[in-house]
Amino acid sequence: MNPKRLWIMIIARNREFFRDRAAFGWNFLFPFLIVAGFGLIFGGQANRAYKVGVFPHAPGPAAVDVIEIPETFKGTEQVEFIGFADRETGLDRLAHHKIDFLLEAGPPPHRYWVNDTSPKGYIIERLFSASLCAPPEDSLAVRGTIHGTPIRYLDWLFPGILGMNMMFSALWGVGYAVVRYRKNGVLRRLKATPLTAFEYLSAQMISRIFLLMFTLVVVWTGCDLLFDFNVQGSYIDLLAVFFVGSLSLAALGLILAARGTSEEFTTGVLNFISWPMMFLSEVWFSLEGAPTWVRAAAGIFPLKHMLDAARAVMNDGATIVDVSFQLGLLAAMTLLFLLVSAALFSWTK
Amino acid sequence: MTAIIEVRNLVKHYRRITAVDGVSFACEPGVCFGLLGPNGAGKTTTIEIIEGVTAADTGEVLFRGRPRDARFHQEVGIMFQQTALLDFLSVGETLETFAALYRHPMDLVTIIERCRLGEILGQMNHRVSGGQRQRLLLALALVNRPRLVFLDEPSTGLDPQARKDLWEIIEAIKAEGSTLILTTHYMEEAQRLCDAVAIMDRGRIIARGSPQALIDRHCSGVTIGLPADRLEAIGTPPPWPVHRVRDRVEIPSENPRAILAELMRRNVDLTDMTVRSPTLENVFLKLTGRKLAE
Repeated sequence: MNPKRLWIMIIARNREFFRDRAAFGWNFLFPFLIVAGFGLIFGGQANRAYKVGVFPHAPGPAAVDVIEIPETFKGTEQVEFIGFADRETGLDRLAHHKIDFLLEAGPPPHRYWVNDTSPKGYIIERLFSASLCAPPEDSLAVRGTIHGTPIRYLDWLFPGILGMNMMFSALWGVGYAVVRYRKNGVLRRLKATPLTAFEYLSAQMISRIFLLMFTLVVVWTGCDLLFDFNVQGSYIDLLAVFFVGSLSLAALGLILAARGTSEEFTTGVLNFISWPMMFLSEVWFSLEGAPTWVRAAAGIFPLKHMLDAARAVMNDGATIVDVSFQLGLLAAMTLLFLLVSAALFSWTK
Repeated sequence: MTAIIEVRNLVKHYRRITAVDGVSFACEPGVCFGLLGPNGAGKTTTIEIIEGVTAADTGEVLFRGRPRDARFHQEVGIMFQQTALLDFLSVGETLETFAALYRHPMDLVTIIERCRLGEILGQMNHRVSGGQRQRLLLALALVNRPRLVFLDEPSTGLDPQARKDLWEIIEAIKAEGSTLILTTHYMEEAQRLCDAVAIMDRGRIIARGSPQALIDRHCSGVTIGLPADRLEAIGTPPPWPVHRVRDRVEIPSENPRAILAELMRRNVDLTDMTVRSPTLENVFLKLTGRKLAE
C-alpha cells in the first residue's frame, strides 16, 4: 500500500464528486425533498386516517359545523369529511375506495354505506355505531397514557430516508462509477501504472465514506433546522452508527464494482439489490407483524441493521453498547463484502 | 547488447479467432520499432500483451532479458489507442494525478513544455480537442521518465496538422534516446518515425527490417503517373502495362529513363507528371495482395 497513490486517487474521486454539480446537488436535495414532503403530508391537516363522504353537500371539504350528522361522530379525530352533491357520486367514490364510508346528512334514522372489501370501512362503521350509543355510566375500561417526548412519524422516518440516500449513494457512487470506468478504458489506463487494485478500491471506498458522512451532516443539519428532530441518544453514537453502516454499504458497492463492463447490466443488478433492501430495511414502514421469513430475509441487508441501530439511538436513547450487536454484524458484513470484492475484481473484464 | 524487450512466440485467441499467432521479435534500446499492419492484424493485442494489460495464451515477454516484474510499470510509459480520462479533472490535475502514481516522475514543467500543454492546463479533460487530447495522453505516457514507451496508433483520427505536431514531439523523444514501440496502419507514420518495422497480417509477422530495406527487398523501380487524357491523345497504346486509376494512369517501371524517353519521343505533354518511389504500402500490397487500408 503506497499512501501517496492512495491519497491522490481519493482526491481525484472527491474532485469528481464535488464538481459534478448536478449529481452533487441531487445528493443533498433528494433526502431533503423527501423529508420535507413527508413533513408536509404528515404534519398538516391532511393527516387524517379515514375519509367519510357526506351528501347532499357542496362538493369538497365538508363544513362539519353545519351538516346534519350525529354530533358525537363529528368530533371523531382522524376523520376527514368530504361533501358530495348526491348519493350516486358518493357511491362511485366508495366503490373505488376513494372514501371509506358514505353518510347521508339528515335527521335519524341515519343511512350509511360501506364497501365490504374495505378494511377501513369496517373500522369507521364501528366508530360510527359507537358514536350513536351513550357511554356506559360505569366505565368498563380504564384509560392509561404514556408520558415523555412523543416520537413523531417524521422522527422515525428521518433515519430511514438518510439511510436510503446513503445506500443509493454508496452503491451507485462506487459500483456504477467503477463499471463505467472499466467500460471506457480508464481502469485499463490505471492498470498500466504502478497503482494496485487494492489501492484503487480502497481509495474508492474511503472517498465514498467521506462523502457519505459529509452529506449526512449537511442534510441532517438542514432538515433539523426545519423539523427540529428529537434525538434521545448521543449524536456521537448516531454518527458512529452511520459511519459503520456506510462502511458496509460502500463495501457492498465494491462487489458490484468488481466485474462487468455493461452499465445497463449493472443498473439492473443495482436495482435488484437496492429496491428489496429499501423496502425490507424498514425505510418507509415497520416490518412489525410481517411473516417471520420476511423479517429473516431483511436481516441479510446491511441497511436494516444500520437503521435498527440508528433508530434505537435516535428514538429510544440507546447507547453504542446497546447497539453493539448491529454494529458487529455491520462490521462482519463489511469484511465479507471486502473479501468477495477482492476475489472478484478485474481491471478489464 | 541485450534487447530492451523481447517477445517469444506469443499466441492469443479470442474464442475461435486467433488474434496473435506465434509473434516473436526483439527490440534494441534506443530504436523506434513499429508494428505495421491493417486494422485487425493483431498489432494492438500484441502490444497490450507486452504492456501487461492483456494476458497471452502462450508465449513469453522479457524486459531487459528477464520476465517483467513490479518494476516494469515504473519504467515503461503507455499511450493507449483509446482511453477515457478521469472525469471532472483538468489537464493539469490529470498530469499531477498520474505523476503521483510513480516513484520518480518527470518535472511537470518540462513535460508540459515538451507536449505543448501550457495553454490547456486549466481545461477539463472532456473539453480538449482531439490533437490536444493525444498530446495529453502522450504526456501521461512520459510522466514517469520511461525508458520504453508504447504508442498504440498515436495519430489515428487526427487532422494533418495535429498529426504533424504529434510526430515532432515523438521525434524529440526519440532523439533523447528513448526506446519506442509503435503500432500504426499509416505507412507514412512508420516510414517517418520507425528505425525498424515488423509488418503484421492476420496475427503473424510477415516481414521485418528497416523501412527502406523492406522496400528495397520487396519492391523496385518507380511509378510514373500522368493524366489519362495525355496517353489517350497519342492514339497507339504504349508498349508497357498501364493501370487506370480514376482520371489518371500509372505506369510501374524498373527503367523510368526508357519510359520517359518514349513518352517524349511521342510528344506526350508531361505537365502534371508524377514519379513515385515505392512505399511500405507497396510492400504490404506485394506481400498480401491487399492494401493496408482494406
